[in-house]
Amino acid sequence: MPRVTLVEGINLALARALADDPDVVLIGEDIGVNGGVFRATLGLQQRFGKMRVQDTPLAEGLIGGMAVGMASQGLKVVAEIQFMGFLYPALDQIANHMARLRNRTRGRLTCPVVVRMPHGGGIHAPEHHSESLEVLLCHHAGLRVVCPSSPARAYGLLLAAIRDPDPVMFLEPTRLYRLAKQDVLDDGQALALDAALVLREGDDVTLVTWGAMVHDTLRAAEQLMQEKISCEVIDLSSLSPIDHDTILESVAHTGRLVIVHEAARNAGLGAEIAATVAEKGLYDLLAPIVRVTGYDTVMPYFAQERAYIPSVARIVDAVRQTLQDPS
Amino acid sequence: MKTIAQFAIGYEQLLDADSRVCGELPPFADDADQMRRMYEMMVLCRLFDTKAINLQRTGRLGTYAPCTGHEATHVAVGAVMRPEDVLCPVYREYGTQIWRGVTLTEILTYWAGDERGCHFAGPREDFPWCVPIGSQTPHAAGVAMAFKVRGQARCAVAYIGDGGTSQGAFHESINLAGAQQLPVVFVIVNNGWAISVPAAEQTAAETFAQKGLGNGVPGVQVDGNDVIAVRKVMQQALDKARSGGGPTVVEAVTYRLSDHTTADDASRYRPAAELEAAWQREPLLRTRRFLEQKGWWNEEREAALRKDCTTQIEAAVQGYQNRGTPGVDAMFDHLFARLPAGLSEQRDIARQYGSGEAH
Repeated sequence: MPRVTLVEGINLALARALADDPDVVLIGEDIGVNGGVFRATLGLQQRFGKMRVQDTPLAEGLIGGMAVGMASQGLKVVAEIQFMGFLYPALDQIANHMARLRNRTRGRLTCPVVVRMPHGGGIHAPEHHSESLEVLLCHHAGLRVVCPSSPARAYGLLLAAIRDPDPVMFLEPTRLYRLAKQDVLDDGQALALDAALVLREGDDVTLVTWGAMVHDTLRAAEQLMQEKISCEVIDLSSLSPIDHDTILESVAHTGRLVIVHEAARNAGLGAEIAATVAEKGLYDLLAPIVRVTGYDTVMPYFAQERAYIPSVARIVDAVRQTLQDPS
Repeated sequence: MKTIAQFAIGYEQLLDADSRVCGELPPFADDADQMRRMYEMMVLCRLFDTKAINLQRTGRLGTYAPCTGHEATHVAVGAVMRPEDVLCPVYREYGTQIWRGVTLTEILTYWAGDERGCHFAGPREDFPWCVPIGSQTPHAAGVAMAFKVRGQARCAVAYIGDGGTSQGAFHESINLAGAQQLPVVFVIVNNGWAISVPAAEQTAAETFAQKGLGNGVPGVQVDGNDVIAVRKVMQQALDKARSGGGPTVVEAVTYRLSDHTTADDASRYRPAAELEAAWQREPLLRTRRFLEQKGWWNEEREAALRKDCTTQIEAAVQGYQNRGTPGVDAMFDHLFARLPAGLSEQRDIARQYGSGEAH
């Protein structure tokens, strides 16, 4: 079983999909001979040829639009947006066409597209390279949004995304790309979409998070255990649709909820999760819900990015806050 | 300084505004049946347009985008595309769509605010109408890329208006098509006006055909009211694309004889004299006179045609008016192949409250 990083897990899944299905085609900027700026497509053009792994002109809007056209012909397109800050030009095509084609043609034409993009900061990248823009995608009906947090989950979820008959936005946490290695069996097994994962069971507080923040949250949970505070950690994994049942079930058990995300707080996904728990699980709550998020500021240049990204200390303090005696 | 590259834009016109032959006619122009068939479709489009506008004016149709004035271009493109080709239209190219099998009922259903109009029974792989201007052109490039990936001898055709050429998506698409020599033809229907902005204010370019040149794609301008010239130019462009010769930009110069849509009032911004002059160049009379000169058309045929068109149109009106409401489930049924659990909960709410209150 190969020990791989998250980006290598993605590479394994892409190679598997290309080998298994002649309809799978990869498109993007610098994904060919260069293997992508993060090397997610390393060696794939050499192995599968220039028609299966295509370097596109430098135009994200075009990538979104040509993916729609190719997918309407039944190709399974895996498009790469080089950094999430460059998503905006492609949003027109993703929101106006990719997300709607099945619906507006009453199922006559469909869009089996995966749009892969790096997500979040923490790797000392230039400006516009570190954004967490998941809500821009989650707000649109017709899209699934997925964010893996480990090499094995990246492999299994990407295979699931490629095999899904509808568009899936696949957010790859940049600071996890090479953070750690994990044994990943390249067996072609996909993981379930639309499902959250309970990564750590606990009794006192439920922590919901996704992407790179999963690791900081698990570290916080570990630290809190030394104070005899038992945290349940949920990796949301599917950002749209949200697996609210798993969250509600956990909150019913713990009575407390802390939501951790790197994206800005205002109208962030944490608000959606908190609102749903307030609607359906309010009487299970023993304390107010707390959100630990990026600030409602512009993502700072990398010299300050660690001040923006929620720290383990902030998560730990938020958990302690939910356990304070209100009297 | 020496010249390192030179470009030229050709212009094709074979039948002038007075129906005089002004160039060497291609073989199909000697075929009475083929010429009659194109004229008959042009008349159907004109009469359908009139009916649709009336339906909108009497509250039986939503906003409608008329095609009056564009019929020669639309019909000629339909006549040369093959059934297996794929069309990415804007929203008024009914002549091409009807030729390819889109029904009048489907067109009316779409403008009646019902997605079922996009579920074409005919050209199953054609794109439906595209409202965000210019955003259909990358779809055509993508479809053509799929043809290239699979080694299929098929072509994609994208329509775009004169205003649409200002969109980045248009340039990105023709640039890709050139770089990858894709089997696609971009048809710029220059009808003089982008709602209220005249073509001369849209760009400093002498022609819209030359918009391809900066992206390495050849362009040609054609009299868009000359059905013979448009068909000839499109045939050449499609033949070239199909045989691996790459994309072409075709500018068809025509005129929007109507308002932009039924929600528009062109008299607010368009000189009446310009409109009057444009009517002297319109395509139906031009084509009919050619047919009459050849002895292929007469008043009896015209009367029979109009009667037949009216029957077809009335049947289509019945069709869309009798279609029934889509039902609230339809909002959810086609969103995904597999509806997420949370959405079935919302579907239950929608079912409970039904179709909402009338305004």
